[in-house]
Amino acid sequence: MSLITLIPLLPLLGFLINGIGFRHVPKSLAGIISSGVALASFACVLSLFFGFDGKPQVVSVFDWITVGKLNISFSFLIDQLSLLMLLIITGVGSLIHIYSIGYMSHDEGFGKFFAFLNLFLFFMLLLVMGSNYVVMFIGWEGVGLCSYLLIGFWNKNTNYGNAARKAFIMNRIGDLGFLLGIFMIISHFGSVEYASIQESVVEGGYLSGDKTLFYITLLLFVGAMGKSAQIPLYTWLPDAMAGPTPVSALIHAATMVTAGIYMIIRSNFMYSLAPETLEIVAWVGLATALLAASIGLFQNDIKKVLAYSTVSQLGYMFMGLGVMAYSSSFFHVMTHAFFKALLFLGAGSVIHAMSDEQDIRKMGGLRKVLPITFVTFLIATIAISGIPPFSGFFSKDEILAHVYEHNKLMWGFALLGSIMTSFYMFRLLFLTFFGEFRGTSEQKHHLHESPLTMTAPLMILAIFSAGAGFFNLPHIFNGHSSLATFMAPLFAHSNVEHAAVDESLEKMLMIVSVVAALLSAGLAYVIYVSKKSVPSADSQVSGIQKLIYNKYYVDEIYDTVFVKPITALSNFFHSVFEFLVIDLIVEGIGKGVKSLSSEARLLQSGTTGNYIFGMVLSIVVILGISFFGADISQMVDSLKALISK
Amino acid sequence: MQQIPDIIRLVPLQNYIWFSTALFCIGIIGVLTRRNAIIIFMSVELMLNAVNLLLAAFSSYKSDPSGQIFVFFIMAVAAAEVAVGLAIIVMIYRNIKTIDVGLLNKLKW
Repeated sequence: MSLITLIPLLPLLGFLINGIGFRHVPKSLAGIISSGVALASFACVLSLFFGFDGKPQVVSVFDWITVGKLNISFSFLIDQLSLLMLLIITGVGSLIHIYSIGYMSHDEGFGKFFAFLNLFLFFMLLLVMGSNYVVMFIGWEGVGLCSYLLIGFWNKNTNYGNAARKAFIMNRIGDLGFLLGIFMIISHFGSVEYASIQESVVEGGYLSGDKTLFYITLLLFVGAMGKSAQIPLYTWLPDAMAGPTPVSALIHAATMVTAGIYMIIRSNFMYSLAPETLEIVAWVGLATALLAASIGLFQNDIKKVLAYSTVSQLGYMFMGLGVMAYSSSFFHVMTHAFFKALLFLGAGSVIHAMSDEQDIRKMGGLRKVLPITFVTFLIATIAISGIPPFSGFFSKDEILAHVYEHNKLMWGFALLGSIMTSFYMFRLLFLTFFGEFRGTSEQKHHLHESPLTMTAPLMILAIFSAGAGFFNLPHIFNGHSSLATFMAPLFAHSNVEHAAVDESLEKMLMIVSVVAALLSAGLAYVIYVSKKSVPSADSQVSGIQKLIYNKYYVDEIYDTVFVKPITALSNFFHSVFEFLVIDLIVEGIGKGVKSLSSEARLLQSGTTGNYIFGMVLSIVVILGISFFGADISQMVDSLKALISK
Repeated sequence: MQQIPDIIRLVPLQNYIWFSTALFCIGIIGVLTRRNAIIIFMSVELMLNAVNLLLAAFSSYKSDPSGQIFVFFIMAVAAAEVAVGLAIIVMIYRNIKTIDVGLLNKLKW
């Protein structure tokens, strides 16, 4: 068994041990097993990464489906993109597993939680390692399932269960698009393997703007919309915060929600030939980034703020994809995985210390009691706000520079988004860690820094959040864009124009966005630290603020436009169609047969004589027909002839 | 000594057919009208014998012995059937002290 097949197999093994042995595997062991398999997977990935020679490698596990000329094999592809994704998934994943040992230590479903986390890891690894769209789709559905299981992990709370269902259903809507996209690929190219599709696209001489490619890429993008929470399918992600915080960090910030971006980068050879789709991707991304950032400005739940910030950052990534800055988008996926996981884990540490309180209006002054959490949270906040030299600055500015090249208006909006990002992140930081403590005295008494299993991952992630930008240091800082160079072979066929941005222009763009971010951070400082203002209670907000606080009533709009009519239709079918049509037919048949048979059963008199008489009569009739049948039919014919005359 | 088929051929075939038909119809009417199980049984035998007679007659007229062999089979099977049937009738009598088939009408709706 090669190292490559071992990577997804290890988490599966962990899932089986913890899942089958739930309540039998002791608590102390469950966490170790599942973190152990994650770390072992990570070790395998590391050894693969350092032994990688730049040539994509396909490992076929078994032939899966063979229908006619279509052959779908269950095989894994190891190339630049999947290696980087694997590093993020297993690396950040292992840290979050370790963190969960501390975070979930008081929970009854400890073993179950780790089983689900391992299962998620398994499916996520399948998603990024598969060498064709069908294996990717298995992973795609599998992570959706795990997301559902983990959002509704505390399933005794009905609201959490509903949030889980919402996430699942919204994802299914997107999945339908993805599935249709795969069907189109099969019918058009006759294969689902990335390599052979790429070959047929390259050799097929497709022109830019080809209709088929437009539809395929658009359908695939619908799938990405669902999984990566873009307008109009984004509303599930903020609700998904019902799950335990490590889940939000792993699934709904670092890995699963970036699957859509992974998929588009994987299909870049098709997207690059479909400029209309790219334009749609870019604008959808921009709209999502702005909408989510503006909602984030007024949220008071620590995890909700982070959730909207995730949606908004995902919007940036799609905007980058839309302007064909694939490697920049991926760079942002990577840095985002670090700082957003860190933010969520930090929030988890705060929530843990606050005895499950999530409202930032009841926090404050926590920097003294939670020093490690505070410092790491600060680093992540600076990183996401795009202030140098932390990682978010490099990745976001790369995207912004490419966007500027593409469309200056779009760049303006994107800059506005990043100003809002900086504001709501610093608002969150100041309200949580600065000022006076605003909670109950009971909570104050309970405040404590988290155990080492929780703070160690925070510190490691903080190092990466601070330093990950140097993986892809741009040329103007004497860097080599190493990530972009490493990933370049992936985009060999997609004519990515790397028109060098004018250096002075690039510098100016950077200065503009950094100054803007710093200014809005300063504004947040003035409002929330100097003036010590605290967001007002839910009932006192009004006007536009209320509109935004209630998320523009998008959930309510969806409810009236989609959910209510469907419910009404179902009710109609239930109360009218069911009774008048279905029951009438089904019960009518039943009643008809019953009344007929109640008459017919009287024939069965039980008297032998009657039966024999019937038998004799029948035999006479049969004999009569067989002897005189020809004569009878002749007679009938002549009668007919007579009548017709 | 004359062969049996030759003796059979002394009577015209038409007569055999008429006779067998009459015998068969008497059997049917007996089965249909009588209520005593044993008489019904006898009527059934009558029908069987009507068929046997016809088979023997035809086989003689066609000089084909297989018809007569078939008659033997029918006789053997009929004998076995009589044994079983009479046993059933005896059992019925032991249970309900009668062999009137009109009273055996419990097997209905």
